[in-house]
Amino acid sequence: MVIGSGPIVIGQAAEFDYAGTQACQALREEGVSVVLVNSNPATIMTDVETADAVYIEPLTVSFVEQVIAKERPDGLLPSLGGQTGLNMAYRLAEAGILDKYNVELLGTPLESIKKAEDRDLFKETMKRLNQPVPESAIVVSMEEAKAFRDQIGYPLIIRPAYTLGGTGGGIAYNDKQLEQFVRSGLDRSLIHQILLERYLNGWKEVEYEVMRDGNDTCITICNMENFDPMGVHTGDSIVVAPSQTLSDKEYQMLRSASLEIIRGLGIEGGCNVQLALDPKSPQYYVIEVNPRVSRSSALASKATGYPIARVSAKIAIGFHLDEIPNAVTQKTLACFEPALDYCVVKIPRWPFDKFTTSDRRVTTQMKATGEVMSIDRSFESALMKALRSLEIGVYGLRSKGVGLLTEMEIEEKLRVPTDERIFIIAEAFRRGMMIEEVHDLTKVDCWFLQKIWHLIEMEQQLRNKPLDEFTPDLMRKAKKLGFNDHHLGELIGVKEPEIRARRKAMGIAPVYKMVDTCAGEFEAQTPYYYSCYETESE
Amino acid sequence: MKALLILSDGTFFEGTNIGVAGTTTGEVVFNTSMTGYQEILTDPSYAGQIVALTYPLIGNYGINDDDNESINPQVAGFIVKEMCENPSNYRSDAAGDDYLKQYNIVGIQGIDVRALVKNLRDHGVMLGMVTTEHTVEEGLAILHNLPDYDSGAYARQVTTPRPYQWQQGEALKVQENKADNAPLHHTATAPPDQWEMPLEAGGRVVVLDYGTKFNILRSLRDRGLEVIVLPCTATPEEILQWQPDGILLSNGPGDPKALDEEVKNIQSLQQQNPNLPMFGICLGHQILGRAMGGETFKLKFGHRGANHPVKDLTTGKVHITTQNHGYAVQADSLPDDVEVTHLNLNDNTVEGLRHREKPVFSVQYHPEASPGPKDNAYLFDRFADLVKKKTEYP
Repeated sequence: MVIGSGPIVIGQAAEFDYAGTQACQALREEGVSVVLVNSNPATIMTDVETADAVYIEPLTVSFVEQVIAKERPDGLLPSLGGQTGLNMAYRLAEAGILDKYNVELLGTPLESIKKAEDRDLFKETMKRLNQPVPESAIVVSMEEAKAFRDQIGYPLIIRPAYTLGGTGGGIAYNDKQLEQFVRSGLDRSLIHQILLERYLNGWKEVEYEVMRDGNDTCITICNMENFDPMGVHTGDSIVVAPSQTLSDKEYQMLRSASLEIIRGLGIEGGCNVQLALDPKSPQYYVIEVNPRVSRSSALASKATGYPIARVSAKIAIGFHLDEIPNAVTQKTLACFEPALDYCVVKIPRWPFDKFTTSDRRVTTQMKATGEVMSIDRSFESALMKALRSLEIGVYGLRSKGVGLLTEMEIEEKLRVPTDERIFIIAEAFRRGMMIEEVHDLTKVDCWFLQKIWHLIEMEQQLRNKPLDEFTPDLMRKAKKLGFNDHHLGELIGVKEPEIRARRKAMGIAPVYKMVDTCAGEFEAQTPYYYSCYETESE
Repeated sequence: MKALLILSDGTFFEGTNIGVAGTTTGEVVFNTSMTGYQEILTDPSYAGQIVALTYPLIGNYGINDDDNESINPQVAGFIVKEMCENPSNYRSDAAGDDYLKQYNIVGIQGIDVRALVKNLRDHGVMLGMVTTEHTVEEGLAILHNLPDYDSGAYARQVTTPRPYQWQQGEALKVQENKADNAPLHHTATAPPDQWEMPLEAGGRVVVLDYGTKFNILRSLRDRGLEVIVLPCTATPEEILQWQPDGILLSNGPGDPKALDEEVKNIQSLQQQNPNLPMFGICLGHQILGRAMGGETFKLKFGHRGANHPVKDLTTGKVHITTQNHGYAVQADSLPDDVEVTHLNLNDNTVEGLRHREKPVFSVQYHPEASPGPKDNAYLFDRFADLVKKKTEYP
């Protein structure tokens, strides 16, 4: 039996439907008959052909019990239905229903899931594994606060417990601020208590998607680097895969940590580990672990061609990674680490066009309701593709209205991230701001800023260029950087068809390359493709 | 400046020059690691080879002093899709292009690297040329007159000219080192009879340097072993006068068939001292395989990357490994007293051996990683335990 994720809510994309459907197919391939329960009929997984029996019923203990009583499944796979599926499994286990009907819980044991999800247990487990988590302390007095400061230093984030809207807290960089925030925090907290935590301002946020099987074989599927540093929820951040600014030493340090964690937790299947990395030292912290298929694993699957949900389902019914074929090459095995030979960019899609009055700041609580992902040979062109795919009426790095902002407003919007920040960064460069200045305000790594600067440099070179000065060399450069025909037309003031005709007359056309999990090392049987301006089409 | 990559089968690619202008030739190979270009550039196993990286964005985090695997870049040439001009990382001291220029490496960027990789995958590795000077016709004429890559005894070119002791933690001062081309941060060593005994008596390992990566030396030193590095041509007598507690046969470039002398030296070393622990890595594994009576053969396009699954047949566990080799040991050529312990899950080639009675084992992959996963460092523990006589073999 597979439990679906129920209704789609803000903070989720359709990733669990995607994962659940893949898992049902993977199980049926092995001759397992699949019973699916989900309360949401508007999904692919509830299509009649996905499972052997589909129940569209409320996800409550009593309804699910009736399905179990009727279908008498041998096993329950809860880790593919997001938090909803996991919670349901908990409640069924606690209510004794799994024991009563002799249903085996498949995949990661509930104990392991608890260790990842319960804050205290998680901290304890990380401590046992020698993995650093950001230091924090609950304090009730100025003395305790100062003692904590003496231990770990500045900056510190101060969060009063039980206040309305988190008032009274703040970020302290020095003694004066600490005293001020601790005093006001303690005053305003209804229970006279505050949480102090190391503030990882400007740290890189990096994620690893890892897998483990019952034989304790552990592999990394993909790592991803957030464009936005710590402080923006990874679901609200532009994300690039693989990481771009990490040396091999840093990459491997975080990879080893992630594998240590999946081993230590005893997870069987996929797992997502989020880490913060100091941009100026090898220090890192483990931020969060998702012991199940998640939004990030859906992204990682599509970014690499490695079907995480599918392989997780096979692991849950007892297969080892070296017994599962690689679905793309069909010759090699699922036991390897995908090698990418392209750059992947994800941009969140926010619903602010529908909720026009809502607060557009992006913070630690996810606001996006979807995301787009693009693939290309360079970061620039992947970014431009993704921006166009957002369907918010932009064709590149210019969005309506940014041109009207004052310098002051630009600086403010660079400092406080919103859904528009990528466009604001571009506008800042248009107005001659330096990369270092933008970095100081945004803390976005200079590598990313350099690329955006590069795009703006090209944009300015192209602007108002007479069509007949458009040499093949310039056209090729512009296409390789991801300027589409419409955008080029806008920049030089002609219609899209004219640009297209000129481009085609120059013989410049995209080719299509494979996503094959192995960077071309092996022949692919069922790859998918992305467009790019290269020479050989596959 | 424009540059050409010309392959001996007549295929050519037009791109732009990185590093210095000029002409270079070598065997063209590809590596699928997504990070670790500096470690790859400085890995002596790439001597005589022009290396293409499949990940398209290279140089993003620059070049630093700590990530070198030898004192200089070792590749014959370098092929990337895009070399980053403005690296971003707190450890970065130089941009990739400047680094290549500093060491006179000819490279090319902007070509369709994936098309190149598919050609090598389908037709096998071949000789090639990166040039800013020659036409395709001229290039092909030169390539067709070059000796086979397989015939070169590259290990003898990259090995240390004289013995040295590896010291950890000293900064690399590459510049001052030009004089005799020996790594300066290794202390120059006196002959063994004038040798000051080391402070710790944890065990002394002689590393036979067929082109060793620094991280092998670091990994041994990290385990409290004293590390003496000898030229790959060292005779058994020269090796034994150092009174080693263990021998490490390092990685290195080229075909083991071109190193008959070295193979014979290992054979006679084993005859003279059958209980001496030996650990072979990569080329060292192939030399050990040949010394114990096995054969080696050339792979079509080799294994170069950081994602190869290897199964340890003794435990049933699978490990992700770093690989960089163009040759392999032939399983059915091995005598009965040698056991295959590891297999590559992609193509079932031999990845590890051990002698059934003697304390001798070897792996085809790189437990020292750098670049790549650190999952296999346990092999150094195993060797260190043998050297320190903590464990009995087998």
